[in-house]
Amino acid sequence: MLKKSKLHGEFFMQGDIACAEGAIAAGCRFFGGYPITPASEIAERMSYRLPMLDGVFVQFEDEIASITSILGASWAGMKSMTATSGPGWSLMNENIGLGMMMETPCVLINVQRGSPSTGLPTSWGQSDMMQAKWGSHGDYGSISLCPKSPQEFFDLTIVAFNYSEKYRLPVFILTDAIVGHMTEKVIIPPVDELEIIERKYTTKKPGEYLPYKVEKDMVPDFAKAGDGYRYHTTGLTHDERGYPVMTEECQWKCVPRLVEKITKNADNIILLEERDVEDADVVVVAYGITARTVVPAIEAAKKKGIKVGLLRLITVWPFPEKRIKELAQKVKGFVVPELNLGQIVLEVERCSAKYVTTKSITHPGGGIHKIENIVKAIEKVAYE
Amino acid sequence: MKNIPQKVIHQYLRHQKKFPHVWCAGCGNGIILGDLLRAIYNLGIKKDNIAMVSGIGCSSRMPVYVDFNTLHTTHGRAIAFATGLKFAKPEMHVIVITGDGDAAAIGGNHLIHAARRNIDLTIIIINNSIYGMTGGQYSPTTPTGKKATTAPYGSIEPTFDLCELSRCAGASFVARSTAYHTIETRKIFEKAILKKGCSVIEVISQCPVVYGRLNNITSPVKMLEWQRDNTIPVSAISKLPAEKIKGKIVRGIIHDVDKPEFTEEYDKLVKQFEKQSDNYKNNTKNNS
Repeated sequence: MLKKSKLHGEFFMQGDIACAEGAIAAGCRFFGGYPITPASEIAERMSYRLPMLDGVFVQFEDEIASITSILGASWAGMKSMTATSGPGWSLMNENIGLGMMMETPCVLINVQRGSPSTGLPTSWGQSDMMQAKWGSHGDYGSISLCPKSPQEFFDLTIVAFNYSEKYRLPVFILTDAIVGHMTEKVIIPPVDELEIIERKYTTKKPGEYLPYKVEKDMVPDFAKAGDGYRYHTTGLTHDERGYPVMTEECQWKCVPRLVEKITKNADNIILLEERDVEDADVVVVAYGITARTVVPAIEAAKKKGIKVGLLRLITVWPFPEKRIKELAQKVKGFVVPELNLGQIVLEVERCSAKYVTTKSITHPGGGIHKIENIVKAIEKVAYE
Repeated sequence: MKNIPQKVIHQYLRHQKKFPHVWCAGCGNGIILGDLLRAIYNLGIKKDNIAMVSGIGCSSRMPVYVDFNTLHTTHGRAIAFATGLKFAKPEMHVIVITGDGDAAAIGGNHLIHAARRNIDLTIIIINNSIYGMTGGQYSPTTPTGKKATTAPYGSIEPTFDLCELSRCAGASFVARSTAYHTIETRKIFEKAILKKGCSVIEVISQCPVVYGRLNNITSPVKMLEWQRDNTIPVSAISKLPAEKIKGKIVRGIIHDVDKPEFTEEYDKLVKQFEKQSDNYKNNTKNNS
């Protein structure tokens, strides 16, 4: 039995469990979930931990209820989270849109597996990278983070909560079954050393408060349901009061801001790790577990005398297009290995096509890229 | 029992919201909303302590007009949303407004599981036997043989008995009323809101514009009279001969039992840990 309600110290910890602990450290006190491999350990850990922290764990009847319940908890001021994998994510998409439209802070974890459909439940993939951006109908800004290790799964879960509170939207972590199920050293700092951001609660009085009025930062102030404000919120196109208005004009006011509050803050959201990128001829763009499995290939290419660097996307959405465009003007080309049949490579191409070629190295999941394939691709880009 | 002033509902409406409302002339939604507001007035519950959560459909447009904490969610998902909200603010009265399509078709899974958990929600299902907002498609409660835009030859599907469904699934309070029986409806709402546990109230309503027109009953008055003539109070069942009961819909409080409520049971679990950590603290104090 854990005596301490909040952990700190050094642990040999599974990725999924590190994620749960990260959520707890960030202040998450409501978890709604549904069993699915390879994400169930997150729910299991939360079911064990939350009752001792005066938090709430509910296993729901499906993923649709899970996502919708965390929106409800968030509207009453509780930091909330759910975790799933591809099939569950597909079910959540509609209410991800509700969360985006209502501007509800919460965190969704996707421990990706081989897809489509039931695919490879016990094996890994990076199959939902585009679904995270475009899965729900319509336009909305999206923030997605990709950890490469249990330690980073812990750290980024806190970052995800901070972003969700700051920008008021559901924030996604897109990891995979390897990171979720791998056990490594995880250092959990004392809670008071962590940077924890809370949503901006209104200082206005009831009667003066408008739930969707925004200032320069484009993020509306929050008021908890039940705190005397008695506002309305809806998934319908709405005005500053939250009331539905079915006009073209209101649609213009309501929707583009959902995108712009993210794109205009992209520099503050995008996290990248760069290794030997500055003087590189070839840049490998990778994220999540792939950014680890390609390292031997990069080393092998270097031994052959190729100047090759690694750009690791910790933030995948919003896509770091500024950095890719900068690099595109300096390098010979990009190599993009992914555990899908080419998703994020489309973004790299979009940003670099004017300048250089990009090579996609695909893999349907359930294994990792062959090192020689990546080396070959690096050589091709370097010498052709 | 307080004497309810005539214009009591006005103090609960959002006057800054643009009226008229979206409902058609002759619709039962306004009548039922009036019953609900009178019930809330009678119970003396503060507006701040009421959250009204709805899904999608005609009846689900109700929250926007009333001065409570109002949350209008997605089709079928109001109960799931309300579950999260209730846990975060257990002291609030959380009322779910839903329709027959919203609650019994797309949201059926959430309805039965909320009933099974016996979570303290007041779930009001306004059953007009049709998808009104989308123009008249048949729902799980469209009577067999009746027409809808997607059942042009009459529906061949059997219907759900929403009260029986909720009772069997575990709700601690189940009742049925109609738009016609306004006083009964109000009294049921009062009991349901106070009930600690999952309350499901089916209110049979009329949709003259869509259901009525498709089935050749164009007068809302005739539809209200139908509600009067085709329902019997649950208390009358034992008194009436079998032939008078046959084919009639039972109204009133059908099921009312006390059983463990979900958020309270969860609270007990949390309290165990509080005790443990108190013991732990006390032990460490004694040792030092």
